[in-house]
Amino acid sequence: MIALSDYLIVAAILFSVSVAGIFLNRKNVLLLLMCIELMLLAVNINFIAFSHFLGDVAGQIFVFFILTVAAAEAAIGLAILVVLFRSRRTINVADLDALKG
Amino acid sequence: MMDYILLAIVLAPLAGSVIAGLFRNQIGRAGAHWVTILGVAVSCALSLYVFYRYAFGGAPVYNHTVYTWMVVDGLRMEVGFLIDRLTAMMMAVVTFVSLMVHIYTIGYMAHEEGYQRFFSYIALFTFSMLMLVMSNNFMQLFFGWEAVGLVSYLLIGFYFKRESAIFANLKAFLVNRVGDFGFVLGIAAVAMYMGTLDYAEAFARAPDLARTTISVWGDQAWSLMTVICILLFIGAMGKSAQVPLHVWLPDSMEGPTPISALIHAATMVTAGIFMVARMSPLYELSETALSFVMVIGATTAFFMGLIGIIQNDIKRVIAYSTLSQLGYMVAALGASAYAAGLFHLMTHAFFKALLFLGAGSVIIGMHHDQDIRNMGGVRKYMPITHWTFLIGTLALIGFPGFAGFFSKDAIIEAVHHSQIAGSGYAHWMLVAGVFVTALYSFRLYFIVFHGEGPRDAHAGEHLRESPKVVTVPLMLLAIPSVVIGYLAIGPMLFGDYFDGVISVAAIHDTLGEIHFEDAFTFMLHGLTGIPLYLAAAGAFVAWYVYMRRPIIATDLATRFDWLYAILDRKYGFDAFNQWVFAGGARLLGKVLWQAGDRVIIDGAVVNGSAHSVGWLASVMRYLQTGYLYHYAFAIIIGLLGLLSWFVIR
Amino acid sequence: MSFEKFLFYLFAALMIGAALMVITRRNPVHSVLFLVLAFFNAAGLWMLAEAEFLAIALVLVYVGAVMVLFLFVVMMLDINLAELRAGFVRNMPVALLVAVVMMVELALVLGPSRFGLDQYAAPAHRPADYSNTTELGLALFTRHLYAFEIAAVILLVGIVAAISLTLRRRPDSKYLDPGRQVTVKARDRLRVVRMQAEERE
Repeated sequence: MIALSDYLIVAAILFSVSVAGIFLNRKNVLLLLMCIELMLLAVNINFIAFSHFLGDVAGQIFVFFILTVAAAEAAIGLAILVVLFRSRRTINVADLDALKG
Repeated sequence: MMDYILLAIVLAPLAGSVIAGLFRNQIGRAGAHWVTILGVAVSCALSLYVFYRYAFGGAPVYNHTVYTWMVVDGLRMEVGFLIDRLTAMMMAVVTFVSLMVHIYTIGYMAHEEGYQRFFSYIALFTFSMLMLVMSNNFMQLFFGWEAVGLVSYLLIGFYFKRESAIFANLKAFLVNRVGDFGFVLGIAAVAMYMGTLDYAEAFARAPDLARTTISVWGDQAWSLMTVICILLFIGAMGKSAQVPLHVWLPDSMEGPTPISALIHAATMVTAGIFMVARMSPLYELSETALSFVMVIGATTAFFMGLIGIIQNDIKRVIAYSTLSQLGYMVAALGASAYAAGLFHLMTHAFFKALLFLGAGSVIIGMHHDQDIRNMGGVRKYMPITHWTFLIGTLALIGFPGFAGFFSKDAIIEAVHHSQIAGSGYAHWMLVAGVFVTALYSFRLYFIVFHGEGPRDAHAGEHLRESPKVVTVPLMLLAIPSVVIGYLAIGPMLFGDYFDGVISVAAIHDTLGEIHFEDAFTFMLHGLTGIPLYLAAAGAFVAWYVYMRRPIIATDLATRFDWLYAILDRKYGFDAFNQWVFAGGARLLGKVLWQAGDRVIIDGAVVNGSAHSVGWLASVMRYLQTGYLYHYAFAIIIGLLGLLSWFVIR
Repeated sequence: MSFEKFLFYLFAALMIGAALMVITRRNPVHSVLFLVLAFFNAAGLWMLAEAEFLAIALVLVYVGAVMVLFLFVVMMLDINLAELRAGFVRNMPVALLVAVVMMVELALVLGPSRFGLDQYAAPAHRPADYSNTTELGLALFTRHLYAFEIAAVILLVGIVAAISLTLRRRPDSKYLDPGRQVTVKARDRLRVVRMQAEERE
């Protein structure tokens, strides 16, 4: 049988991979957004696993809302990216330091 | 009916003052003096009517509250009038002298700026003084007390463009604050232990508290009555200029002469005397306080008179004379001869106002030159001023038959009969004071009115008698200066005038021990006493030293230069105050300013917080790189740290 | 090893592998496509956990809409790839260190010692007529209705925000204004001009 810890460790590995992704692709906003999607996916896997093993549907409700918010976030994030690219002709994070103190 | 009369007496001068003060441009100079004189005249007429009813009509004591301001925890703060024979006398004296001064001012201030302002102030003063004397509670007494102090401050600094005037009025105000602080504490003690601010109630409760003791500091037990009486008397010391709080009075001569006559001679400075007499039921319960009062008064009477001998400013000589005479009154109070003190207060009000106004008349003639060394021979040019001034001088030194003779003799006799501690010292001081009084008074008289003409021949050409508005008040004041003593001594001192108003304990009844049949025999009896001959000696010495052999004066001044220096420096009170109190306060202020305000508050707290925030921000801005991945990195490291902590724990 | 367990490992391995490809590919288009693969495998995992509705929704809605949006944007933008890859190798050690430390720590926390079958027994399989969708719908439209409405509003705001951010009015673009079309008058279109006849040249 598949144990709860199996799901959790898979999700942990996915989360760690996406953290590594953030480090590796730190200049590419597009990849950063994708890594965030992966992180959310890892979190969702955890919720689903707990929901399954605890027999409580509330975890799935939570995943539902996370998906909703993630979709909105992705849409707005990409829209910002497009606007950014239009005005700066780049999506390189290293060039975006207008908030430097 | 009485209510309306009393309210009219108080409010008529106030109305005049407000109109003259607020509408001075609309009503003009003449309007200002008419409206205030009308107000004070109404007040004076009604006061004389009240006085008549009380002195001769035997009207009952009037003690009613007109208005309750507030009630705090059972302590009632009210405006009310207590009218008895003491109050009636004070009202008559105050309004009469005030009216004379109002009229006189028309002449004296004729060419001065701020004419309307001046009339507004003196009418306001009349209002304040009436509130003070007519009060039936401590609250209103304090209001009047502070109000006359305020008007005094305003009038001393009347020539506010003159630096010495500003210095003098600030000094008067500050010295009076010292006295008023004691006064407030005294009133607070009354409110605390007697639970009332009303005179009648407080006096009724006082005997129950006669044996009460309190500890002021440490374990020393103080009689409550002694503490209250001495605290109240400290207020009187400030207002009535007793040593060591006398220093403001000579300087107050910076003000115009009419107010020197009204406020700083006849009325306001006697507020302390009046107050102590009013509080006689309290003072009678504390022999310690009475001794204190007597010693202070006698000291003032003698030593301030000494300074008067060497002064060269005509007004300052009279000012030191005022100090000395106030000392006599206070000494009388200490001897429980309240009636004698009040009697001297009354006679002094008339003849000292006369002297001041006479001096003012001379000053007008000399075109506002006040130095007596520049005067001389004024007698020939100003006969009315000369004669009235001479009457004032004779009244002051106690020439038999004149007002001052009766009052001063009564005081010396009363102090002589007093048995309380310090009475021996006080008696000799007062007797010696008689000689000093005659000496400085006649020195002034001879130098100003006799001898060679004015030093400046040019001044002599313009020297002529003052106008009628000046001389008429002089003549009107000269009349009571002569006769009031003879007329009033019987009823006031030895009759029943003050029965039920002033309470004197049987063991302190010094006036009762004086043998008195009638005024004339009292006068004859005075002819056999030492004081009269001391006065005559003083007058003679003054004539001999300053008229016949002027060289003696300068010779003495050089031979006893140390004594002269002490007197010239007024025993160093001014220097001491200037160094210790003014200098100390300024030093303290400077320390607080430099160390407290600039270093701690400005430097450390205000600018320090701003600087530290700025410094912190300048450090923190290195964290604010603006790069997204730095923030993300920080988040992840934080997450890692949290996780590690969770695992390791 | 049961078939179920085989599927679990297959999906998990493919998902992790796809995720690794996502973060290492040079071309963002490839990354997006591997991301889609990862999502597919995650959906498979969810199926194994009997969350059928969400698994289908993830594939249909999320992959079908959001991932396609990603792909669309990636292809639309003209990106200088070399510049964005700068520092990739240099950051590798740090990335590996952080990822490994985090993974080990998470494994320590979430490992079998705490969340194994001994602690949490596998639940019995649902019967064949059990509807995950019905149960989810019941919970969603009763207890969580308020949150559901808020989620709807969030999506609406997302739509409005995305459109208003990217909307660009160009002066040369042609468009119809129905309001003006309705109010138009004949004389706005046609003007009759009277003029003198001219001689032919």
